Formats: sequence, C-alpha cells, structure tokens
Amino acid sequence: MTREQRAQVIGQPLRVFAGLLALLLVTFGYAYLPGGPLKTEVALAVAAAKALLIATFFMQLRQAVWLVRLAALGGLVWACFLYIITFSDYLTR
Amino acid sequence: MSTLEDTGALAREPGRTSFLTEGGTTVRSWLLSTDHKRIAFLYAAGITFFFFLGGAAATLIRAELVTPAGDLLTADEYNRLFTLHGVIMVWFFLVPSIPTTLGNFLLPLMIGAREVAFPRLNLFSWYLYMGGGLLTLLSLLLGGVDTGWTFYTPFSTLYSNSYVLLAAAGVFVVGFSSIATGINFLATIHLLRAKGMTWMRMPLFAWAMYTVSLVMVLATPVLAISLLLIFAERAFGLPIFDPRSGGDPLLFQHLFWFYSHPAVYIMVLPAFGVVSEIIACEARRRVFGYEFMVYAMVAIAVIGFMVWGHHMFVSGQSPFASLVFSFLSFVVAVPSAIKVFNWTGTLYRGQIRFSAPMLYALGFVGLFTLGGLTGLFLASIPIDVQVTDTYFVVAHFHYIMVGGSVSAFFGGLHFWWPKITGRMYSETLAKFAAVSMFFGFNFTFFPQFILGYMGMPRRYHEYPPEFQAWHVMSSTGAVVLAFAYLWPLFYLGWSLVKGERADDNPHDATGLEWQTSSPPPKDNFAEPPIVTGTPYRYHAEGFAPHEVRPIHAPQDPQ
Amino acid sequence: MTEVTLQEPWATAERQRVAVQFGMWLFLATETLFFGGLFLTYAVARFSHPAGFVAAAREAEAMFGTINTVVLLTSSLTMAIAERAVREALVPLARAMFAATLMLGVAFLVVKGFEYRSDIVKHLVPGPEFTLSQTGASQFWAFYWTATGVHACHMLIGLGVVTRMLLIPAADLPGRSTTAEGSALYWHLVDLIWVILYALIYLVGR
Repeated sequence: MTREQRAQVIGQPLRVFAGLLALLLVTFGYAYLPGGPLKTEVALAVAAAKALLIATFFMQLRQAVWLVRLAALGGLVWACFLYIITFSDYLTR
Repeated sequence: MSTLEDTGALAREPGRTSFLTEGGTTVRSWLLSTDHKRIAFLYAAGITFFFFLGGAAATLIRAELVTPAGDLLTADEYNRLFTLHGVIMVWFFLVPSIPTTLGNFLLPLMIGAREVAFPRLNLFSWYLYMGGGLLTLLSLLLGGVDTGWTFYTPFSTLYSNSYVLLAAAGVFVVGFSSIATGINFLATIHLLRAKGMTWMRMPLFAWAMYTVSLVMVLATPVLAISLLLIFAERAFGLPIFDPRSGGDPLLFQHLFWFYSHPAVYIMVLPAFGVVSEIIACEARRRVFGYEFMVYAMVAIAVIGFMVWGHHMFVSGQSPFASLVFSFLSFVVAVPSAIKVFNWTGTLYRGQIRFSAPMLYALGFVGLFTLGGLTGLFLASIPIDVQVTDTYFVVAHFHYIMVGGSVSAFFGGLHFWWPKITGRMYSETLAKFAAVSMFFGFNFTFFPQFILGYMGMPRRYHEYPPEFQAWHVMSSTGAVVLAFAYLWPLFYLGWSLVKGERADDNPHDATGLEWQTSSPPPKDNFAEPPIVTGTPYRYHAEGFAPHEVRPIHAPQDPQ
Repeated sequence: MTEVTLQEPWATAERQRVAVQFGMWLFLATETLFFGGLFLTYAVARFSHPAGFVAAAREAEAMFGTINTVVLLTSSLTMAIAERAVREALVPLARAMFAATLMLGVAFLVVKGFEYRSDIVKHLVPGPEFTLSQTGASQFWAFYWTATGVHACHMLIGLGVVTRMLLIPAADLPGRSTTAEGSALYWHLVDLIWVILYALIYLVGR
C-alpha cells in the first residue's frame, strides 16, 4: 500500500469517524445536561450534522456528479412537501 | 398466456431475425430474458390477466346493480367485490399498464438506446409484480378483502374480518416493482440517450415516461410505509392510528393519499405521452407548443404531489388545509388544460387520418376533458361536500382512469402493434372496437354523474327504486364496454398468427423506433443512431397551418 | 488499478459508475420518503400529546442505544474503508473490512435483542399489559417498535449485501468496485437512519 493509498483508503474515513464520535459525545452530553434549553432541537441538529458527514464523505456526495446529488436531494425535498402540507392541517385544526 | 406460444408462429418466417427469435424461443428463454422488449411481453401477459380479472368483478358489480334489491350478492360479497375490483385495477393494471408494456418496449428505442440502464433489475421487477399479484390473488381465493381499495383505518386495522394483511402485502410488493421500473427509466433517460438526443428533442412519450418515473419513485415509498403501519397495527396491535390511545386515523389518510393522488398521475401521464405521439402522426402535424407540453407534464408531476387533501374535505381536516388543497387542485388543472388546448392546436388544419389509434386518441381527449372538468367541480369544496362518496366521484375518476388511460393504452397498443409484433391488424375491426369503446364508456359512466348528483352513494349494493333507470342504463353500457375490451383479443390474436407483415414504418411516422426493423432486432439498432433535429418533423418548420401539405416525414438519421 | 467488469449496457467504466451511483441514490431517495413517512407519525403524535409522549420516551434504554450508535458508526467506517480498498485493488484489506462490517452488524442486532428483552420485561409493548397510562405513551412505544423493527429489517438486508461482497472470489473483487460502491451506499444509509432514530428515541426527555 502506498502512502497516498493509505491516506485515501484509511486516513480520510478515520478522520470522518473521529468527527462522528465527537458529535455523538456532544449530543449525548447535552441530552443529560440538567436544564439545558432546546434539547430536542440540539439533538436533531447534531443528528443532521452527523447525517451530513456520512452523506458527504462516507457516501461520497462530495465527489459525485450533479446528477447523483440531485437524486439525493430529491428525496429530501419531497419529504418536505409531505411534512409542510400535512402540518398545514395539524397546525390549523 | 398466448403471447408465449405465439412467438413460434412469428419465428417461422425465414430470413428475419428479431428479438422474438434471437436468444431462443423456449418459454425459459422468455422468463429469464433481460431484453426490455421481451420483458414488455411478460408484463403484457400479466396486466392482461389482471385486467380481465378486475373486469370480471366489475361485471358482477354492474349485474348486481341492475335491480334495486340486493338479490344477486350479499352486502358483504359486494364489499369484497368492489375492493377486489379497485385493488386489482389500480395496482395490477392501471399503474403498471402503459409504463411497463409500451414504456419498457419503446423507451429505449425512442431515445436510441440498446437496453434499459439496469436490465436484470427490469426482469426482477416483473417477478416482484407477479409475486405481489399472486399474494393479492391468494387473499381473494381465501375470501377477499372488504375495506375498499383505500384500506382506511380504523376499519382495516381494528374491525375488518377479512384478509387485509395478505392483500396489503401484495400491494406492498408490487410497489417495489413500480419503484424498480421508475429507477430504471430515470437512469435510462439520463444516461443512455443517443448522440444528439437532447432533452428538447425527446419524443413526448419519453418525457411522459420520465415524469411518471419521477412520480413512481417519489410517491410509492409512502404507500409502502402506510401499508406497513397498517401491518404493525393489525398484526402486532401497535396503536399507531388508534384514536382510543391518542392516534389519528386522518394521519393514515394523509400518508395514503400522498401516494394515491399522485398515483392518478402515474396512470394518466403515460396516456398523455401516447396520445401526443398518435395525434401528431395521424394529423401529420408538429406538436403544437412542444415545449409547453413538456413543462406541463413536469408541472403536473410536481404539483400533483401537493393536492392530495382534496380527498379529505369531509374527513375533519382543518378548513385552512381544505382551502389550500382546493386552491392547489385548481392550479394543477392549468397544465392539464394546456395539454388539451395543445392537442387541439395540433389537430388544427392537420391532415387528419381517422385510423383506429387516432379514434382512441381523440376519444381520450374528449373523455379526459370531461373527467378533468368534473374534477374541478370536486376540487371546489362546497360542491365536493355535496357529492362526496356519491356516484359523481365514481364517474369522475372512471372518466380519467378508464376513459382516459385505458383508451390511450388501447390507442398506443394499436399504434405500435406493427412495430412490436411485426404484423398488421384489421383496421376495420379495430375502428369498430375504438368506436364501441367510446360509446360503451359514455353509456356506462355518464349516467353515474347524474346518479351521483341525485344522491346515489357509492359502495352500496342496494338503492331506492327511483335510481333504477340510470343504473340499468349504466349496466347496459357496461355490456357494450365489455365487448369493446374483448373484441381486440380476437383480431389482435388473429393478427399475431395470420396478420399481414408490417413495414418498418407503416404510419410514416417520425421517431427513432420507426427506423429499426419491425419487430426490432435484439440490440434494437444495427448501429447507434445519431439525432440531428427536433421530433415530429411532419412538415417544414415555420409554415403557417394552412400551408401544410402532406409530405413524407423526414427520418433521422438522414 | 484493475479494469472494472462492465455490465450490459454500459460502454465505459465511468458511465457504469455514475449509473450505479445514480440508481442507488434514487433508491435511497425512496428510503428517505419511506422513513420520512414513518417519522411523520412521530412528529404528529408528539405534536398531539407532547407530555405523555416525552414521558414515555424516558423509559427507552439510552445505554443500549448509545452503544449501538457507536457500533453502527464503526461499521460505517469499516465499510467505507472496504469500499475504497476494493477500488484500489487492496483485496485482503477489503475482505477483512467487509468481514468486520458483517461482525459489527451482527453485534448491533445482538445488542438490539438484549434491549428488546429488557423492554418486554418492563412491559413496554403497547397492549393489555402496557404499564404507562398517559395519553401519547403508547404512541411513542408504537413508534419505537415499528421504527426499530423496520430498521432491523434493513440491517438484515444489509448483512445479506455484505455477505454477497464476501462471496465474490478474491480474484474478481477488484473488478467489482461499482458493486462495492452500491453496497456501501446502502449500508451507510442504514447507519444514517439510525443516527436520526437515536436522536428521536434515546435523547428525548433526558
């Protein structure tokens, strides 16, 4: 294995993994912090950050062509339709 | 499945090679083939079977409704029959019909590709379709389902004593077949277009396949989860929608209609594509406003996702939500109207040939318009409250799905029959079928608008005697309609065996599919085609309509 | 670098790779909507009965959930290395990492099994024996069982996908880098879903 290969095959995933574990520590700690405000929001924001790390680096959206990114985005946009419109009912009952 | 045996007859012609013979003529070579053209035949066999099964249920329903008393069927049997009719027709015929048969066969040909993007996935999706079909069929043989095709909770989860889980499992599985087809088509269109086949040079049928695939891929998973939640509640007692423990049955309706309203567009977008091809060719005209036809389909596919709550106006959703859904439903009518106007514009001063496919296509435009306009009635909250769950609704959606989609399917089947099988059919007999279908359909379903307006509720096996005249009219029409569906089996079957050989381009149509032989070789084209111009070059560009003369359609590559 | 084995109908390895990525991401988009619908039931139930819902969530075993999060994140790491190793034709490393992924996946399910046993002992299955009485409590636990169950099914499919990668003969493996990439995408998605489930189930009401 060359040096470059080692950096690419092992180094980069390891760095991402370290970031994920750090985020896990943050979210776990904050959840148990007595009296911390906006707990659900923070937990979800950290989950989103972790998801972004996984999608960008592990799932390699960073190197992907625009077409592939568009496919990834499509599901999210359509899920937004589902949420926004359904809650236009629940929030106004 | 006659198609399988008939290939032998087609193959006997010496000196011709086509996908029908290349790769073997055994049943095994068909069932394991990854050729998109053969898979289209497999699907054709499947949907034909389910179409006539669903049709048989419809026949019994119409027979029961001839008299006001429930004398032929009990209330329970009637419930199970209309559920069967709905489930089979929606998921095992209408949704897959055009995309999996005509779409599978024609899409790669139309964009100049050798295959679809994922051929093995394509074959797998047919097995999923058949597997799902068999599960649902099993639930029918065991005694059927009585929830209606909508599986509304809490009836489906807490009360129904029928085979809900089995039927839902079948629909769940067939959903994955839909998703697989959608993914395949999207990847094919994005990545396998021939050289020069830019987006704005694609035939409208290919665009229709693109938009319908978008809807299939983005809507079907939500159907899967809503059925899975029914499964969790019914099989494991997890009270997701159970109001007694704080659940909301309306949430199921939101999830279900998030799929099932776009599903209507899954049924009708392919029909738009078919009809655009037929009308342009048989009127010898360029499609009027091609680009707007494309934008309209994309707009329908996207906005179609935001209108589902018009199925829930009387369900107890908030008045504000009803208002939003009503508004958006009116908005989605705009691109639909653009399409109707553009078809009419295409016909204007064309050299119209009243061939059988054209009769089906013209019938489609009329019936779709009527179905669409009554859709506007239903999108308007005060009128919908009045006619909810009446025959008015039944008539409306049959105008779109049966008058619209099924007419277009038969039109497309006739139009591309020579290309698909390499044989001609009897034009006279086909015209007779097309005209019978149009009249039989209106005869069956127009009285239902009146019945609904008078207050006849849907899903009842008995009714007050004053409705009888309209019901008898409707049932008589259904006999004509049944004839119109059975009749093509006869002359198309005859054509398969004894039909005259078809030319490569019998309609003198533009489009890449007409430039390969009929039926096409296994690899579709002798050499990869190169596209140099816009589609539908039936006359020179820039001419005023009155200057149009019938000319020989220029072909690509020249 | 070894030549990638071409499948019908692709003419170049680059095109085939884009196709597999695109096809797989489209499938993952359907998964987004599938789980999106599931999470919608969570959102609506929590919105309708916030107090009972959150109180019930406090019964979830955060320790099991956190251990499993670490296990799954690690499995994603090994999967990422395996997939990159296949592309660089480092066959022994790739196979070792696939095996590690498989093992971590099994470990996840084992931990899950212990968690389920503890939940059942504590009568947290909605039904006649259910111990929590606040409105919304059975809503949370209905979501819990459905969501973790569906996620576990995805794990089982993922284990099948990884096993398939291990069954490819060592000599053929470098040519199958697009297959490895598709498999890895699926595995990472199952991980990604868990990351969100973790926040929704185990971090609520602490």
